[in-house]
Amino acid sequence: MDLSAGDTAWVLTAAALVLLMTPGVAFFYGGMVRVKSVLNMMMMSFLALGIVSVLWVAFGYSVAFGDDGNGFMGGFSVAGLGQLVGKLAANGGTYPIPALAFCMFQLMFAIITVALVSGAVADRMKFLAWGIFAAVWVTIVYFPVAHWVFDFGSTEINDAGAGWLAKLGVLDFAGGTAVHINAGAAGLALVIVMGKRVGFGKVPMRPHNLPLVVLGASLLWFGWFGFNAGSALGANDLAAVAFTNTMVATSAGILGWLIVEKLRDGHATSLGAASGAIAGLVAITPACAFVAPWGAIAIGAIAGIVCAFAVTLKYKLGYDDSLDVVGVHMVGGIVGCLLIGFFATTGVNSLGKDGLFYGGDWGVLGTQAIGAGAVLAYSFVVTLILALILKFTVKLRVSHDDEVSGIDLAVHAESAYEFGDTGGGGIFAGIGHAGRTKAEE
Amino acid sequence: MKLITAIIKPFKLEDVKNALEGRGVHGLTVSEASGFGRQRGHTEVYRGAEYTVDLVPKVRLEVVVDDEAAEGVVEAIVGAAQTGKIGDGKVWVSHVETVVRVRTGERGSSAL
Repeated sequence: MDLSAGDTAWVLTAAALVLLMTPGVAFFYGGMVRVKSVLNMMMMSFLALGIVSVLWVAFGYSVAFGDDGNGFMGGFSVAGLGQLVGKLAANGGTYPIPALAFCMFQLMFAIITVALVSGAVADRMKFLAWGIFAAVWVTIVYFPVAHWVFDFGSTEINDAGAGWLAKLGVLDFAGGTAVHINAGAAGLALVIVMGKRVGFGKVPMRPHNLPLVVLGASLLWFGWFGFNAGSALGANDLAAVAFTNTMVATSAGILGWLIVEKLRDGHATSLGAASGAIAGLVAITPACAFVAPWGAIAIGAIAGIVCAFAVTLKYKLGYDDSLDVVGVHMVGGIVGCLLIGFFATTGVNSLGKDGLFYGGDWGVLGTQAIGAGAVLAYSFVVTLILALILKFTVKLRVSHDDEVSGIDLAVHAESAYEFGDTGGGGIFAGIGHAGRTKAEE
Repeated sequence: MKLITAIIKPFKLEDVKNALEGRGVHGLTVSEASGFGRQRGHTEVYRGAEYTVDLVPKVRLEVVVDDEAAEGVVEAIVGAAQTGKIGDGKVWVSHVETVVRVRTGERGSSAL
């Protein structure tokens, strides 16, 4: 098989698009926290970029996609990546793209999954603890789970090296389980061990910069075309289907969330529009190449509505999932995975299945539930143990005083906005401070 | 001389400034403030969660005037800032010992 220039160009471009999602998350989350912790929030994403990339080259890709392993993990045969140079990508069949292009594309998924978890622990996690968590978590949770779901074997589909969920026939095109349910369940376990922010449920913790949130959501949306349409691993029909479904599900997610807000709270908010878009994106991720566009609209709208309610659960149940990683990513991921059981159609993708609305049986839904449940349970339990170990060794949280006065200044010796100094601007900047007035001259 | 301090609703600042023109006011200082009066804040719903906002944003306006101008200035502020609804604010008047203009060292009324 010869290398395809078109497919290679698209997969490399898609990888760069997915990379952009992690800075997108940094802005999305950064705008949502209070003014004293925006830099810490963004730094958690950037630390994930640093740590995960290095581990991926060292052994992560091999553990996730190596061909010498079993259904649980991939082994260490391609650690260091040297063996990939000059090879074609093989994942349940050979693709006419370089193995390294596939490897880099998958790296971006690993990075963003770790970055997504950080939203749960806003304002209060020790930076060292986050670094250790990111390195260990991606190694013992993400790499194996990516193998379960995304590794279809080497050159033969579902041969010995394939992941056990892939072999089982769980449909997850771009990562509803391995990325979103995984990150959401980890966030939940982490905040249960870590505890609530000081003042949670008593003082208002409104987003400090909503334009940043909208900017972040926009970058995520843009990058998500790489995430979903890039997962076709070629410039082909399937990529166009995934692209179309990604577009319309996101739009429907915005509408679903805003309608809930308007009816329930009286106001359609910009935070709601941004969150609805993400909910739609999350839910369509596993389904994007298995459903028709009308199904994508339904999935996006349902996710927008369900997630808009799910984000209020933390107040009722008392866990401080600060930026709604559980309510949007875990719940949205579950919604998307399960709805495949209803909306999937082989008319769109012959490698898919027919869901209940297309004459399929309940087995499709059952298999999806096993996939979602297995990833959720594994991620939650392992993260819980890891968080407990960190809590009693390096400590998970900054001190009470540092948290209250602000983690940015305490941990990073920086503050995001230098508006306060006398004469340098401030709340009345532009009114008389801009220069000498006429009378003074 | 009197120091007149007014706590008003932020959106009334422009009206109050206009009303003070030609009433013996030579300068004024405005700052952002927050606090509560008898209404003790209010509840808001955001992202499905209800919470109490007990410090409401206000504007604090300070102006020093001659004794005889004080009553007119107070009336002008109250007239311009009034909506008749809860949270309109407060105005109080206090005695000022002296005022010094930094640039020239002038004291008293001529420093206003």
